[in-house]
Amino acid sequence: MEQIENMNKAAETARQARLADLRCYLAEAEGFGQEAGVLPFAAPAIDGALPWRGLPLAALHEIENAGATDGNGAASLFLAGILARLVPARPVLWCLQRPDLHAPGLALAGLDVRRLVLLRAPNEREILWAMEEGLRSRALAAVVGEVDSLSMPASRRLQLAAESAGVTGFVLHRNAGQATVSAAVTRWRIAVLPSAAVAGEPGIGRPRWRVELLRCRGGMPMAWDVEACDAQIRTTRHVAVSAALADRPALLRIRAAG
Amino acid sequence: MEGIAPGMGVADARALDPSLLVEEADFIADAAALAKLAQWCDRFSPWVTSCGADGILLDVTGCAHLFGDEAGLTRRAVARLARQGIDARAAIADTLGAAWAISRFGGAAALTVPRGSVAQALAALPVAALRLESEIVALLERLGLQRIGELYSLPRAALAARCGDSVALRLDQALGLAAEPLSPLPPKPLLWSHRSCSEPIVTAEAIAAALRELLQHLTRCLGEDGLGVRRLSLAAYRIDSRVERIAIGTAFPSRDTRHLWRLFEEKLERIDPGLGIEDLVLTAESVEKLAAAQLGLDGEVARSDSADLAALVDRLANRLGMRALARPVLRESHIPERAVRFVAPLAEPQTPARWNAAQLRPIRLLPRPEPIEAMAPIPDDPPRLFRWRQRAHRVRHADGPERIAPEWWRQPGPSAPESRDYYRVEDEEGQRFWLYRAGFYHTDSTPRWFLHGFFG
Repeated sequence: MEQIENMNKAAETARQARLADLRCYLAEAEGFGQEAGVLPFAAPAIDGALPWRGLPLAALHEIENAGATDGNGAASLFLAGILARLVPARPVLWCLQRPDLHAPGLALAGLDVRRLVLLRAPNEREILWAMEEGLRSRALAAVVGEVDSLSMPASRRLQLAAESAGVTGFVLHRNAGQATVSAAVTRWRIAVLPSAAVAGEPGIGRPRWRVELLRCRGGMPMAWDVEACDAQIRTTRHVAVSAALADRPALLRIRAAG
Repeated sequence: MEGIAPGMGVADARALDPSLLVEEADFIADAAALAKLAQWCDRFSPWVTSCGADGILLDVTGCAHLFGDEAGLTRRAVARLARQGIDARAAIADTLGAAWAISRFGGAAALTVPRGSVAQALAALPVAALRLESEIVALLERLGLQRIGELYSLPRAALAARCGDSVALRLDQALGLAAEPLSPLPPKPLLWSHRSCSEPIVTAEAIAAALRELLQHLTRCLGEDGLGVRRLSLAAYRIDSRVERIAIGTAFPSRDTRHLWRLFEEKLERIDPGLGIEDLVLTAESVEKLAAAQLGLDGEVARSDSADLAALVDRLANRLGMRALARPVLRESHIPERAVRFVAPLAEPQTPARWNAAQLRPIRLLPRPEPIEAMAPIPDDPPRLFRWRQRAHRVRHADGPERIAPEWWRQPGPSAPESRDYYRVEDEEGQRFWLYRAGFYHTDSTPRWFLHGFFG
């Protein structure tokens, strides 16, 4: 009996090692993610769902805000939390069309606003151009571009630029729901959830989000209910989407809803 | 000191005041100082040169209106020089000779001779005012010709026969009857590089190749002088005698051929070659000191993040304008609109990046607060329901109020803005907004509510 258990264990370890090897091989074939580094979310449920055990750097990511909110607050804050934890702390170029980004709010998310360079462009074409320029510059840690839609060729250009200089790119979609095919490595959707009331305290509790991984190269779509990131956890070098309350694959969630 | 005057012997002057300090005259240094002063005068006119040992000539044609009028120009020039401790006298006249004479013999610090009345103004001046050698002045005086006016009626031929050609020439020059060109000081040397094409070029590739060659030449020159360029312009002379120009600017002085080339590349398509370009001139319009870079052991210039960032900023600003780029700086102000100041993208950040965590602020702030319809039945309570952009939001939870009073010292008086009571509210979906009520609560008027920002 014990022998069978041991054999099973050995087979399991061998399987895990083989899987790790394959993952390495795939990552190498993809040409990014390994040497450029990974930013872990420090939430095992999320990191475990990503083939890189975290957010791969030197790649392009898409983030959108769920629902018809004009504010885009949750997606912006999620992104600010990621930017705040990038190392080394080089400048971040944030390209936008509407100047509604509020620096104190970013500072509260833990982002040192002295790192931030804002670029206001008249149209989407210029934003994509500026993003590509930024991604090819070694001076930056990350480039953010706020656009309404991202075409396949544009995303392909940005992904190649991100790979070439090791700068991480983020496309922040101002209008959610236009999920087109793109060359980005991941696509996220952040939805607000009613806050978790703190016992005995009136008013707004801890903000909560549903973080959906809509698309992930080499991974499965998933969704998690998490607490929003804030500055309190900024000392750790992780994206502080802590305390995954309920994690389940996105497919299951849809089935349950239907 | 009473009695001491120019032209007096040192011994005589010492007899009057034994404590007199005597210095040897240094004519070379004087001339250099005068040339420097002439260069300084180019703020009044671009056409400037020093004249003799003690004068500066300016051609102010078309410049006087910048200072009001001609009298304003002379007044300004004399006052500016007086501030430097220079006792100057200035005159404006139709001719160079007349201005020379009147500034030295006119008897006032600043004089302007009205147009056409030079002869009248000169008539009463001594003949020495005609820029003549001292022997000739003495000769004229021996002949009884004391004043310039007395020369007017004499026949020029007789005058030349008696006193030599110079009297008649100087007189004609002063009266404007003979031409006297003024050669200005050479302008500050510009760094430029020039290329003539053996055959007119039309294609974009040929223009690009020529420009690259020009850039290489210019950056080599800049390197030799330890300079970097801040503004560069390219002029393309077409065979139909039209000139196409493009210019670039940099945030930091640069002489990196690759970087400058990339800035030009963006604009090169704006050059319309027409039937062909025969000459290309690249001019460094503005240069600054730039120390030589240290080569690393591998022979490459060490990369630095700040230089990379400057290069990126240049490329972005070159296309979108310098005003498109900014760096936010937190400012100690409770007024949300004033809490952020924008500085140049390469400005050295001074202020700390910390924000008081007790003051929760939204991540997106509307540039202008938008009015909303709000239902707030209880005074000084957050609204129960509000309508923004045709959508109703039922408030489930709320924090506040946070009263933000206007900065009364900025806009005192009745026009001062109202104080605002801010609330952080969450609707039934979980969206978190930043609302405020303008002014204090009054029972007799309906309060006005605004939406100002969005939390994550």
